[in-house]
Amino acid sequence: MNSEHNPIEAYPHWWRLLFGRFTLESLPLHEPIVVVTFAVVALGGLAILGALTRYKLWGPLWRDWLTSVDHKKIGIMYMVLGLVMLLRGFADALLMRSQQAIAHGGAEGFLPPHHYDQIFTAHGVIMIFFVAMPLVTGLMNFVVPLQIGARDVAFPFLNNFSFWMTAGGVVLTMMSLFIGEFAATGWLAYPPLSNIAYSPSTGVDYYIWALQIAGIGTTLSGVNLIATIVKMRAPGMSMMKMPVFTWTSLCTNILIVASFPVLGAVLALLTLDRYVGTNFFTNDLGGNPMMYVNLIWIWGHPEVYILVLPAFGIFSEVTSTFSGKRLFGYASMVYATVVITILSYLVWLHHFFTMGSGASVNSFFGITTMIISIPTGAKIFNWLFTMYRGRIRFDLPMMWTVAFMLTFVIGGMTGVLLAVPPADFVLHNSLFLVAHFHNVIIGGVLFGLFAGIYYWWPKAFGFRLDPFWGKVSFWCWVSGFWVAFMPLYILGLMGVTRRMSSFADTSLQPFFVIAALGALLIACGIAAMIVQFAVSILRRDQLADLTGDPWGGRTLEWATSSPPPAYNFAFTPMVHDGDAWWDMKHRGYERPLQGFKAIHMPKNTGAGVIIAGIATVFGVAMVWYVWWLAAISFAGAVAATIIHTFNYDRDYYIPADEVVRTEDERTRLLARAVANAPAPAQA
Amino acid sequence: MSARAPASDEVHVEVVHDHHEAAHGSRRGYITGFVLSVILTAIPFWLVMAEVFADSRVTSIVIMAFAIAQILVHMVYFLHMNARSEGGWTMMALIFTVVLVVIALSGSLWVMYHLNTNMMPMSPGDMRTMP
Amino acid sequence: MAQSHTAAADDGALHFYVTDDEHGHAEGGTMLGFWLYLMSDCLIFAILFATYGVLGRNYAAGPSGADLFDLKLVAVNTSMLLFSSITYGFAMLEMDKGDQRMTQRWLAVTGAFGLAFVGLELYEFAHLIHEGATPQRSAFLSSFFTLVGTHGLHVTFGLIWLVTLMVQVHQRGLIEANRRRLMCLSMFWHFLDVIWIGVFTFVYLMGSLK
Repeated sequence: MNSEHNPIEAYPHWWRLLFGRFTLESLPLHEPIVVVTFAVVALGGLAILGALTRYKLWGPLWRDWLTSVDHKKIGIMYMVLGLVMLLRGFADALLMRSQQAIAHGGAEGFLPPHHYDQIFTAHGVIMIFFVAMPLVTGLMNFVVPLQIGARDVAFPFLNNFSFWMTAGGVVLTMMSLFIGEFAATGWLAYPPLSNIAYSPSTGVDYYIWALQIAGIGTTLSGVNLIATIVKMRAPGMSMMKMPVFTWTSLCTNILIVASFPVLGAVLALLTLDRYVGTNFFTNDLGGNPMMYVNLIWIWGHPEVYILVLPAFGIFSEVTSTFSGKRLFGYASMVYATVVITILSYLVWLHHFFTMGSGASVNSFFGITTMIISIPTGAKIFNWLFTMYRGRIRFDLPMMWTVAFMLTFVIGGMTGVLLAVPPADFVLHNSLFLVAHFHNVIIGGVLFGLFAGIYYWWPKAFGFRLDPFWGKVSFWCWVSGFWVAFMPLYILGLMGVTRRMSSFADTSLQPFFVIAALGALLIACGIAAMIVQFAVSILRRDQLADLTGDPWGGRTLEWATSSPPPAYNFAFTPMVHDGDAWWDMKHRGYERPLQGFKAIHMPKNTGAGVIIAGIATVFGVAMVWYVWWLAAISFAGAVAATIIHTFNYDRDYYIPADEVVRTEDERTRLLARAVANAPAPAQA
Repeated sequence: MSARAPASDEVHVEVVHDHHEAAHGSRRGYITGFVLSVILTAIPFWLVMAEVFADSRVTSIVIMAFAIAQILVHMVYFLHMNARSEGGWTMMALIFTVVLVVIALSGSLWVMYHLNTNMMPMSPGDMRTMP
Repeated sequence: MAQSHTAAADDGALHFYVTDDEHGHAEGGTMLGFWLYLMSDCLIFAILFATYGVLGRNYAAGPSGADLFDLKLVAVNTSMLLFSSITYGFAMLEMDKGDQRMTQRWLAVTGAFGLAFVGLELYEFAHLIHEGATPQRSAFLSSFFTLVGTHGLHVTFGLIWLVTLMVQVHQRGLIEANRRRLMCLSMFWHFLDVIWIGVFTFVYLMGSLK
């Protein structure tokens, strides 16, 4: 949409009253790429809706999933959301890579600059907020209560609500693709560019409300998981007997609770600048755009660790399980995690060394940044020493872990390089930086999440993922990553800046072509992964995990069946040692076969969907200046929340005979497992 | 973070215990807190309104000290903070938050002060006289 | 860890699970969870204070705090909040005794003080805007209105919550769930008081200094 002429002027008054600034011109009908995308999405959506209706799945979907307060189901829904958005975010990446491979020496490529700007903004926002965050939150949600021997999280309703708020943010972001436009400001929307004077269209507003709504969900889920870990550990599980993934989840959630409010506050100030005309980040009347940059990175740096700490936890679990050894240096791992948690609040300025602080500020933050690499390095050594003299099984989770170690170390080292302020003055805003953070986020976070998905998939669904297609995907991803990003390091060192939609210098083109080939390899990796999911679902009987413990696991989630029953554990486990399940297996634990009692559980509720749905409508209304709808939906969200508090009937008992039936079924499965394969995977 | 928190069955017991032995103070506690707050509020208002100190920097420091004292009074007498409730986790969360608040406040002030110091002249008038 | 072989239970046999099971539902987590929420709210205010600290002297040739603030009004306002704090405390004491009627009365008194606070703040804002000291006038006023207004908004939500709880106590009495909710609101209310200490000290008093 062209921001210079304003089509709303041509519309009658009643239209503006009713639809705010929405016009038929807001639909990007003149952009063929978007129209085709819309057609595909619409057809796909219709097919799904049709299938749901045809097979009468609306009821079960609503009852068993959308309104579920079961942490396992919510975790899986987060994962689905994250993986779907990965496709969208990656599509953006493919567009950018191909544009940059073509547009050299006068060729303009197929993306006009304004569209290109939206694509790199959407790519960043989606990958961080709607891919990495849901995947991380999803895994924590699924795994943590199982690892600590709990039956659910501390606040099951809040968990459901948090998920739907995240989904609301996704809805807004996706909507911007087809109605209006998305921010063209870069993923952190720096003012003055993001101020109303320079971005008058809907883009930044979509950005603000998507992040604000999703951010509320994220903060609440952080509160929830902290309370869960602190309050609901199985008896005997002291802090230093907690699994490492639970530890890193605890620290991640502490970071979430302590940093997402900052994001919310900063975005609220930007909102006021845009909607009310205040002067926080404007260029006149005393406003200071640099304050925005300062504040948003107070959130932004901890965010990096929010993403990577759970990945570190996953690697710890995987390394120890697949090496058949207790994790080397458990205590040092915990302390390293805690130190990273605190230090991550002392490094934010390294994102804007070049903004004009003096030597003392820059050297302080440069030094803290270098210091934070020390605990991270300690972790790498811990994993290596865990593998040392272990019986390593190279199953898929372990393969991803090894790929992570090789890749992440390079990313870490380029990070320390960038932490040196004088070097940063040269490399700032260059493709070297782009290569660096993709190196740590793909090589660290995403590889970790994949390791986690392969590791816990059998727990979630009761069957393993097909290893052949997994390996195809693995090799495509890892080689694709290296091919795609090494050229960017070189280009960055040559001084090529980021966020360019075309280049005059044709001598750069070969590097961009290589990078585009790398992106294609990654695309093959993603395709192989989808094939793998499909193949595994079709072959689920052959790949079935009857024991509940397919990898010879060490922590409590492997003590129950795959998939776990709604109540997770018929009897709450009692913990005597770190690696509780390993300890149980080796000290003569026998699964209880009788004495089951009714189990107290939280009840499903539709309130989360409804309140978050209204909040999303509020976001849409604010984006389009439909004030009547904004007022109604805001009041509606408050009212719906109050009404929900009048519902005191929030729990129920799973009757004892149902528990007996479930547990008997598991007994049968275990007997079959013994008959099928006499030795389960154990060291 | 402490290395060993109580196992959660102990925590559970403690919670039950919390409910009965009133985690929310006594009448005397509230009144003490109230009287202290009134005093700690009144003095800084008086210091500023009556312009007691000639140097406003002295006034600033003194009233900040009073604010900190009053915050502590509120924490103890109204919010009933202590190192025991919820197994020490509320205190730990509070300390962590205070540390972060101090980092965010002082860090922002330091950073932004520095940025302003090193800024180029940016007002239109300044720009016109630039070489 | 070395102590792994000494972990056997007292009676000699190892127990790997709990048979009498009331563990696992998390009613005990509410207070901690709410406290954590308050800490996150505290960081929102920290950011607003930081913004005020950085931008609070950028008057853009407009009015300054010393020109605008009416400390007598602020003092009255502060006393409203302080009174409401102690009356909430009294409500909690009555709740402990199980006296529903007195609890409700003290809650109502608290609500009245809270309402007076919000009213006075709205009056102050209206007055400032009338004088041309609008939030749009300068970065100082933007950050002033946002910081003080956010606190006021919190008090407003506290009032809505208070009324909701009074209805719920009326309907169901001082049952366990309602007691828990009253305790949460108590923490919220006193927390807002703590924030206000920062507001009147850093914004009003220090802003009025020459």
